[in-house]
Amino acid sequence: MTDATTRPRSIWTTGAGRSGIVLLGLIALAAVTLPSILPDYRAMAFGHLLPPSGAHPFGTDYHGRDILARVARGAQISLMISLGAVLVAATIGTAVGLLAGYLGGWVDSVLMRTVDAALAIPRLFVLLLVLAALDRIPLPVLIVMLGATGWFGTSRLVRAEVLRLRHEGFVAAARALGAADWRIIFRHLIPNAAGPLIVAATLAVADVLLLEAGLSYLGLGVQPPTPSWGGMILDGLPFRSEAPWFCLFPGLAIVITVLAVSLIGDGLRQTLTPDRA
Amino acid sequence: MRRLLTRVGQALLTFAIAVTLAFLLMRLTPGSPLPALDEQNRFTPAQEERLRKLYRLDQPIQVQYWEFLQAAFDGNLGPSIRYTGQTVTGLIAARLPATLLLGFTVLLLNFTFGTWLGVWQAVREGSRLDQGLSLLSISLYAIPSFWLGLTLAWLFGLEWRLLPVGGIHDIVMSPNADLGTRTVDLVRHLILPAATLSAVSIAATMRHQRSAMIEALRLDCIRTARSKGLSERQVIFHHAWRNALGPMVTLFGLWLPILATGTVFVESVFNWPGLGLLAAEAIGNRDYPLIMGTTLLSAALVVLGGLIADLLHGMLDPRVQAL
Repeated sequence: MTDATTRPRSIWTTGAGRSGIVLLGLIALAAVTLPSILPDYRAMAFGHLLPPSGAHPFGTDYHGRDILARVARGAQISLMISLGAVLVAATIGTAVGLLAGYLGGWVDSVLMRTVDAALAIPRLFVLLLVLAALDRIPLPVLIVMLGATGWFGTSRLVRAEVLRLRHEGFVAAARALGAADWRIIFRHLIPNAAGPLIVAATLAVADVLLLEAGLSYLGLGVQPPTPSWGGMILDGLPFRSEAPWFCLFPGLAIVITVLAVSLIGDGLRQTLTPDRA
Repeated sequence: MRRLLTRVGQALLTFAIAVTLAFLLMRLTPGSPLPALDEQNRFTPAQEERLRKLYRLDQPIQVQYWEFLQAAFDGNLGPSIRYTGQTVTGLIAARLPATLLLGFTVLLLNFTFGTWLGVWQAVREGSRLDQGLSLLSISLYAIPSFWLGLTLAWLFGLEWRLLPVGGIHDIVMSPNADLGTRTVDLVRHLILPAATLSAVSIAATMRHQRSAMIEALRLDCIRTARSKGLSERQVIFHHAWRNALGPMVTLFGLWLPILATGTVFVESVFNWPGLGLLAAEAIGNRDYPLIMGTTLLSAALVVLGGLIADLLHGMLDPRVQAL
């Protein structure tokens, strides 16, 4: 635990944060550069289920596609989905939390009881219910659904920050000087609540990465032929014994990416929220 | 007492809203339970109409909701549509033992090892051991449960042939096997799913226990206890750990629902006949009464977990009650 006096100045000075940034940087670099040097991820041009070799470092899949190329393309898609979903969730959550905390009264009661109730329904059930009802699942729909089911915790967090800040001197001072509500919200509340929000959002990226992989594994996330890590694991399932690399590498890609994001979240927590370990 | 009543009232209200939200969501998304009954697509329109009437699907949604509530208050969650002739309560009751067995095993493993490792980390805060265990827990958290399950099943089941890879008991076991054989068989089937779930869920316990314990070790009473000449063991377990229990109670409340639903992925990988799998199948089949039954149960557990955690927190720490 770090207290205010020993709090790291920037995320780069925390061990976790630095390793996370380096790791995620490498993943992003691989996701951007590999597709141009590797065979096309859609090309069914090679022998099927070839073991890892110099030509195909991660082997090939059942359709004779290069697994590394598909893992790299999957990185772009997974990162895009999780960043997009968290952006949606953070926006809704911040708006609802600000409304509840700033307005108080019955608006607060209604919003927070609804959020409590929504938190009591398993997120996976809601996602399965909606996604299974669709004929096709376009990526934007998947992103919005993941975001729309992920903002409840954020709204609670933002509300708590607003309640805490409302009684701070600088907010009272701004109000006494005649500042408009929107000015207090955007100039004073949001910047001061940003720290915990950023930490929570980063950790939410890790959660959504895992959730999207799980949904794609169930066939209800990213739809083939678009490569996704969860979907590749599903494809490789029947060949677990003869071609273990088929499931292994997409899985490792998930683990390393989620680990990198969690480490960054950890570093940010040490930097941005001094009172919690 | 007043605080208790307010909190219980709040929990009931939350539960009621959750049930309403779930019902609305379920009925407002497109889909129908009938195709799951009619796999060969041979129903005539008249037959479909009759089924719709039978399951009251022809009624307006508010009527259906009202009827659902009335029956639910009598403890009747209605008949399953997909499993003709079976009630929702019957189906849930049949799946409950497997879910509870797995859930309790995971909670036990998670809290035993999670607490122990977290305390150990806190006592040696900043050491190599502490850092190593932090990295371990954050890495375990990063593993998707279904992939870990598949990998363990592949290694232990298919490659090394040490453990069964699915189900809850051996399907070729003789029906008059004695209790010992049955127990060993059950435990062998339990190992992989329980290990998978515990591994991916232990990080939160370790982290919470570590930070709560570090905070507790800084309390004045610890300095007093040490200066009294108490052994380090006594200081850690009798003085510090007791003060570090509060956050663990909250965490336990959050984990309670795993007993019912947190296990869809692991149950599906290991074909474990639990409630998570039942719920996922019900959702896939649009078996409305069964979806409501399983959702009701998990919402009840979430709300109850929060309530229990709050009340225990108040009992452990009298300061909370004053709030």
